Amino acid sequence: MALQLISANHAAGMAATMAGNANRSARGFCAGLYPITPSTECMEYLCVQELLKGQVVRVESEHSAMGVCIGAAASGARTFTTTSSNGLAYMAENVYVAALMRLPVVMVAANRALGPPWNLWADHGDSLMLRDSGWVQLYCADNQEVFDSVLMAYRIAEDRRVLLPVMVCQEGFILSHSMVETEVSSQEEVDLYLPPLDLPHRLRDDARTMGGVDTPAVTEAHRAQHHEAMSQVFEVYREAQEEFEAKFGRRPPDLLVPYKMDDAEVVLISMGTISSTVDHIVDEARSRGVKVGSIRVRGYRPFPELQLKEMLGGIGRVGVLDRDISLGFGGVLWGEVRGVAAPGAISQGYILGVGGGDVRPKHIEAVLKDLLERDSAEAPIVMETNL
Amino acid sequence: MSVMSECPTRQILNPGNSNCGGCGATSGLSLLSRAMEERKIQIVIPACCSAVAAGLFPNSVYGVPALLTTFAATASGATGLSVVARLNGEDTRVVCWAGDGGTYDIGMATLSAAAERNEDILYICYDNEIYGNTGGQRSSATPHGATTTNTPPGGKVEVKKDIMEIMAAHRVPYAATVSIAHHEDAIRKMRYALDQRGFRFLHLLSPCPTGWKSEPSQGVELVRLAVRSGLFPLIEIFDGKRRVVNVEPDFSNDALAKYLHLQRRFRKSGIEPEALAPEIEEHWSALRAKVKCFEEV
Ligand SMILES: Cc1ncc(C[n+]2csc(CCOP(=O)(O)OP(=O)(O)O)c2C)c(N)n1
Ligand code: SF4
Ligand SMILES: [Mg+2]
Repeated sequence: MALQLISANHAAGMAATMAGNANRSARGFCAGLYPITPSTECMEYLCVQELLKGQVVRVESEHSAMGVCIGAAASGARTFTTTSSNGLAYMAENVYVAALMRLPVVMVAANRALGPPWNLWADHGDSLMLRDSGWVQLYCADNQEVFDSVLMAYRIAEDRRVLLPVMVCQEGFILSHSMVETEVSSQEEVDLYLPPLDLPHRLRDDARTMGGVDTPAVTEAHRAQHHEAMSQVFEVYREAQEEFEAKFGRRPPDLLVPYKMDDAEVVLISMGTISSTVDHIVDEARSRGVKVGSIRVRGYRPFPELQLKEMLGGIGRVGVLDRDISLGFGGVLWGEVRGVAAPGAISQGYILGVGGGDVRPKHIEAVLKDLLERDSAEAPIVMETNL
Repeated sequence: MSVMSECPTRQILNPGNSNCGGCGATSGLSLLSRAMEERKIQIVIPACCSAVAAGLFPNSVYGVPALLTTFAATASGATGLSVVARLNGEDTRVVCWAGDGGTYDIGMATLSAAAERNEDILYICYDNEIYGNTGGQRSSATPHGATTTNTPPGGKVEVKKDIMEIMAAHRVPYAATVSIAHHEDAIRKMRYALDQRGFRFLHLLSPCPTGWKSEPSQGVELVRLAVRSGLFPLIEIFDGKRRVVNVEPDFSNDALAKYLHLQRRFRKSGIEPEALAPEIEEHWSALRAKVKCFEEV
């Protein structure tokens, strides 16, 4: 273990490389890779590594990047890719297939708005577009979390109770390009954390067809199993967290990260990096006597509904901050949270920071002020942070 | 012993599949089964008639390990399988079995990239000159003069894309055309292709009675006529350079006329041999020039 000054892209690349190398006694590692800002440096990092038993494939598109991962995973290898925004959209049909075939692919999405009109900056809308693709989705708030989440992702994805792909999301530039001191584990430690992958349904020499034709009845059964596998993630996640702490001496955060929630009467809910600004405002407001807390949603799929419901019990004012917008509806996170809030609670949606808008303390202050003053919830408020 | 007298112990496509009677893909896979012998193969199939033919989960008509991919992911999925086979020292041949739509159209970029990287895969395009699975729409492999469900009333105006020259331009180690009417030639090429390393490409003209509006029993005859008339040259291309013509056509008007008249897809356009002959002639003079050019090197 050593502290290194690295970007989240490099943190992701390092973790994926070590995870890949950790599978050298099994079927090895394969990554299909294609550049797009702001995930490029992660793919470049992997392309210059000396893999112990692995290969990167420098493909011609994100569609093929995921295609390569699907083929390699079907043959039992550990697999990885990384992309952003239009890249995610371009690979979308194969993103679904990786999940439908129950292949434990791991991907790091450096969140960015879609275009044209082109916008290179942070927006959760790209990975949320694939919310229903059957992947586990984790949203990170700092570089350490990106490094640790990639390692955890393999533990979760490859667990026999789960066997699902995992997407680790980190906001473009805010994390992807920010250099932060990060604890980088050693290969020996990673070897101990990630057992060799033995994919039960991989293609072997016998005549097995992966991806044939399903009747409606079979699809219903497959979706039910897939959904059930998702629900297993909660327990598998806890185990992966504990094992992580035992092996690496640090504990990755829970799927929901509460802050000063014990006596909170008002709560602000967010995902990713905005939550650190939120926590700062929570501290400030508390110093003025406002009983406010915050919750960061780190695990978005499966959605930790029961736990969230418990945390929101008795809370009358819930503000949900989305760095995304489902046009014609509102924030995607708000859409999910308002069904979980206590009956009668005011669940107000705020959209801010889309397309990389710089979310500052004053914006969160404005959100909190609005939430405290209102008598009822209304349509989601779309904020322009540049104003 | 003739290659045809050997009965394959393993069939890639088992009986009881849903292919239409007289489907060229059935004949093609039966030839490939004979060529395969004891070799280990994994087959990759995109969306196409042969994907549907797999049948209902958990059953499958495929007698070898098969990965069914999205429409444009044949060559990328195969790349993943092949990379992992090599990492593990396995000599499994990864074989793509894709239609013309998945090859000439939507899968072209993926195919081109895998060829450029010289991935260790054998890519076979069974070309029925139509989107069979979606009910018979045009592809860029549909020949000029053929009617499909979405061509203009007079049939397709554009000429068929030259896939072999596209592959040759990638300098792939081996590319060849395969005829289901020339078994010995077909099996020799399939075996050769199975045993080479790097990217290999086979183009198989695959009669489709449903889309061609022809008699199911006439498939082999139609391909024979396509070869005789020069419409479907039987060739091999090595490293994108050296070219070998395997069967000399007679370029007869008779063969071409029969080929057109046995298929009702050419009826609406009323295209006659005279209209196609110049295209064929031009194609062959370019081909002969290339044969000569690389002979002399
Ligand atoms: C991305 C995508 N677009 C469209 C389709 C619908 N589709 C399935 S098969 C097919 C045509 C296949 O044609 P071809 O590759 O020639 O194979 P064939 O059916 O003729 O055997 C189409 C358009 C699809 N499955 N995926
Ligand atoms: S539609 Fe044509 S290609 Fe498809 S199964 Fe029938 S005959 Fe074969
Ligand atoms: Mg076709």
